[in-house]
Amino acid sequence: MSGGHASSLAPGQRHNGDADPRRRFVGARVTRLEDPPLVRGQGTYVGNLGFPNQLHMRVVRSPVAHGVLRSIDTSAAREHPGCRGVWTGQDVADIPPITFRPTSVQGLEPYRQYILARDRVRYIGEPVAVVFAADPYVAEDIADLVTMDIEALPVLLSADAPPGEFAPGHSTEAGVLRKQFGDVDAAFREAHEVVEVDVRVGRHSGVPMEPRGALARHDHSRDVIELYGAGKRPHAHRDAVAALLGRSPVGMHFYEGHIGGGFGVRGEIYPEDVLVCLAALRLGRPVKWIEDRRENLLACNHSREQHHVVRAALDRDARILAIDAKLWHDQGAYIRTHGARVPDMAMGTLIGGYHVPAYRAVGHIRLTNKTPAATYRSPGRFESTYACERLMDAVAERFGLSPIEVRRRNLIRRDQYPYPRPMEILDHPVELDSGDFPRLLDRTLEHLRWDDLQAEIARRRDAGECVGVGMGFFMEKSGLGPVDGAKVNVDTRGKVQVVTGSSSIGQGVETVMAQICADALGVDYADVKVIHGRTDMIDYGIGAHASRATVMTGGATRMAALNVRRKALEFAAAHMIEAPIEVLDIVDGKVVRTDRPGEPGIPLGRVAAALAPSPEVVAFGIPGLTAEGWFETAGLTHPYGIHTAVVKVDPDTGGVTVERFHVAYDIGCAINPMLVEGQIVGGVAQGLGGALLEEFVYDERGEPLSVTFADYLMPTAREMPPVEVLLTEDAPSPNNALGMKGAGEAGITGVGAAIAAAIDDAIGKPGAIRELPVTPQRLRAILAGRPAGA
Amino acid sequence: MKPAPFQWHPASSLDEAVALLARYAPEDGRVIAGGQSLVPSMALRVALPAHLIDINGIASLARLEVEAGRLSIGACVRHAAFEHPVEPGVLGRLLATVAANIAHAPIRTRGTFCGSLANADPASEWCLVAATLGATLVAVSARGTREVAAADWFHGIMTTALAEDELLAEARLPLLATDARAGFHEFSRRAGDYALAMSLCTFRVVEGRMREARVGVGGVEPQPRRIPEAERLLEGERPEPETFARAARAAADAVDPLEDIRTRAAYRRDLVAASVRRSLQAACDDTH
Repeated sequence: MSGGHASSLAPGQRHNGDADPRRRFVGARVTRLEDPPLVRGQGTYVGNLGFPNQLHMRVVRSPVAHGVLRSIDTSAAREHPGCRGVWTGQDVADIPPITFRPTSVQGLEPYRQYILARDRVRYIGEPVAVVFAADPYVAEDIADLVTMDIEALPVLLSADAPPGEFAPGHSTEAGVLRKQFGDVDAAFREAHEVVEVDVRVGRHSGVPMEPRGALARHDHSRDVIELYGAGKRPHAHRDAVAALLGRSPVGMHFYEGHIGGGFGVRGEIYPEDVLVCLAALRLGRPVKWIEDRRENLLACNHSREQHHVVRAALDRDARILAIDAKLWHDQGAYIRTHGARVPDMAMGTLIGGYHVPAYRAVGHIRLTNKTPAATYRSPGRFESTYACERLMDAVAERFGLSPIEVRRRNLIRRDQYPYPRPMEILDHPVELDSGDFPRLLDRTLEHLRWDDLQAEIARRRDAGECVGVGMGFFMEKSGLGPVDGAKVNVDTRGKVQVVTGSSSIGQGVETVMAQICADALGVDYADVKVIHGRTDMIDYGIGAHASRATVMTGGATRMAALNVRRKALEFAAAHMIEAPIEVLDIVDGKVVRTDRPGEPGIPLGRVAAALAPSPEVVAFGIPGLTAEGWFETAGLTHPYGIHTAVVKVDPDTGGVTVERFHVAYDIGCAINPMLVEGQIVGGVAQGLGGALLEEFVYDERGEPLSVTFADYLMPTAREMPPVEVLLTEDAPSPNNALGMKGAGEAGITGVGAAIAAAIDDAIGKPGAIRELPVTPQRLRAILAGRPAGA
Repeated sequence: MKPAPFQWHPASSLDEAVALLARYAPEDGRVIAGGQSLVPSMALRVALPAHLIDINGIASLARLEVEAGRLSIGACVRHAAFEHPVEPGVLGRLLATVAANIAHAPIRTRGTFCGSLANADPASEWCLVAATLGATLVAVSARGTREVAAADWFHGIMTTALAEDELLAEARLPLLATDARAGFHEFSRRAGDYALAMSLCTFRVVEGRMREARVGVGGVEPQPRRIPEAERLLEGERPEPETFARAARAAADAVDPLEDIRTRAAYRRDLVAASVRRSLQAACDDTH
């Protein structure tokens, strides 16, 4: 692993705050503060939690993919001696359907999901009833006693098929998204060449090791509903669930413990989250729900299934004049909390890091009788990068150029940044903040020893091996704002607490925030405790998703820490040290005089103690060594990268072995390169799953066939190649003081593209790979000249 | 994924086990040893046994020994027992190769050889071993003991000759000749997954020619079996890649593959060809 930190960033030359005093922890490979309880079995996963007298909830799910729900027979369930309650849709008829995030996309409301099905069921696994019992085994026994009469309707399983009827008056095409700039039609009329690809990404998703879970109780003494097991967006979802229950947000708090993987799917609002809160309120007992793996694969958000037809108009030098993209997004049975974000982002990011003068994208959001879909790590971008890079490879083939040469001719140059694109992503204007893609390409080729690699591949091919190399270039988006806040306080023993509205889904938020705070304040990062995922400790929070926590919450933490620093120095200068503030500094947790080195400083704990409420302190300002900080970003940040895969194909079986995987990524400023590399390696594993293994398969009746880990194939350690990471900081973001960009999705975005290109190269058939995942059967069919699926 | 209620009956002797089985088999009673197929099925509530007769405590069923030219494998012998050769000859070496392909280490420490044969999953490696090498299966019930040849054992997908009240107490494998060569190959999506196709081959080479060739294929049809069309093409021929390829194609043509929405027949035939060819080559190279 390499990656220098010779950042060109000059601290303090940007807006949004003071200069950082020094860099000691930012940029350092310090170990994670959050690990001790995890490695000692002291985690607070929701499965580990419980309250006295709690009930367990079990969900009864539809066994039919599409049908009219005629009746539900709960009588046998009610007669079971362990039954403490059975609800169907009629029992929760007062609860409105689950809302989605604000969007300018119109017309999605009719497609929302009720927490229990009403007149129709629309996918196998849809919650139809819930039962409650004191024992989870008994709850499952009782759930088996609930029967239902469903009159089957025709199932729709393809987003390509003509739309059907979702409900009377509503087509299964929930909406059509459009984005455009430049004169696309003119560009195609004048084009020297037009190249088109027709490619698909299969249905797969984030599958956390820990399945979903929720534990709710109603604290009668305070009239507060508490939900344990929250994640991702605790504040926003607290507000949303409170609204669904008709409660004031102050009467409801969300608590996030440890989470065994987020990946976009964990922490969204699902029917089950609302049901446990409602049950705690109505039944007057704590209610716990933990899904099993079958439910997890059946009912947690799916993702990715998208069909793209993308055309490029090119001049005689293979330079892009325009790109025209159409996509069909398989949304599954309902519109979930993300609304239209996945196809929106796919369309908004499809043209990646290329200079594209004119662009048009049309996205069809189609509902099918499959599990509802939503965001999964690198939502929309894994899909669109794959489509765009398949197109670029096809352009290279058409012009007889190397894939690298085609990229060189079309990548945005460093001097073109900031690079605006006259369109919006998620209702935000697009301006690529900074970048130097050609330089990253040079560094990648150098790091890979490209000529040696090519020679080695040629030698092995001569020896009869089927090996190849492929690349995927991607432009990410991160740091979605616009504003986040944090609170920092120092206690009388000098320990620092950072209260954030962020979430920790395992990515290292606590360590990274501690590093940023430590440098801004002048303390050791190990003395900083970071709070996240608690709506009762801070009023606002953006959670953790879309690679935003480091940029946004990190920005806010830095501002708050700088404010505490200023407060400590001002108070010390005024009341504790007879010295002008200009000669004071905070080093290793002590206020020191820079003009008298060697003189013992004053520990911050003493400053905090002196700031206890008193008439003098109130005259000075707000008591306590504490401050808030707010960070406003000037815009999205856009990290970018190149994935390179070396694969070996077994032509007899269609099996693919990934021998080597290389990720080059420009992150602007890595707060902790070790954690960034960890994020990247994990992302690569998931990307390889989506490219080669993972697929939710349905039969013709809409029966899901991938409901255990024997059928839904996650990559294991045995399938993982060594991953090399080249982390660079050549293009710091001008949108925040440290130049940070996001890290969460860098490992996954380009995997599908790189693997497809590498397999093409190995089998010597450019453009052969048009569908992910590349299963051995699909690849063998290509090699044998059989139609796909035969 | 929590099993439905059931009653657990630990047995401390074979007599007690078959007595319990005679009593509870008619009431959805099942034998449990390693439980590596049964317990997941119960968790999914696909299997709903009312009674489990646990044979793990029966010391005599842990027997694993060579006698009279045969390897006797008791009902409680785990897959992991075969990871190192259980006898110094060709068979011990072959079983170690096969064992390494069975699922994952935790499963191998618990699952049993005889349990695999009683479960008769088409993709079971041990079932292919039994079918190809001609195992003898010893079924015990309160009514008595009988021996069943492997050729008569398999009755289709997860069905065997074992009666409801019978316990598969032991499997016996004939040792392989000292000059025999054996090869095994399977293809699965990931390391440890169920095989989409596999092949086990043995032959002797006498004066440069293959003799007593056996070609077994598993994971492809409802049950594993030998493929005489392939064996015929080997008998008396030199062990050469072209011959192996011919036999492999013959095997691919001879099988009638299972087909489902994920795995098409044409693809399974391709895998049979690859597996047979590779297992033959592995046997050819098996000259320790």
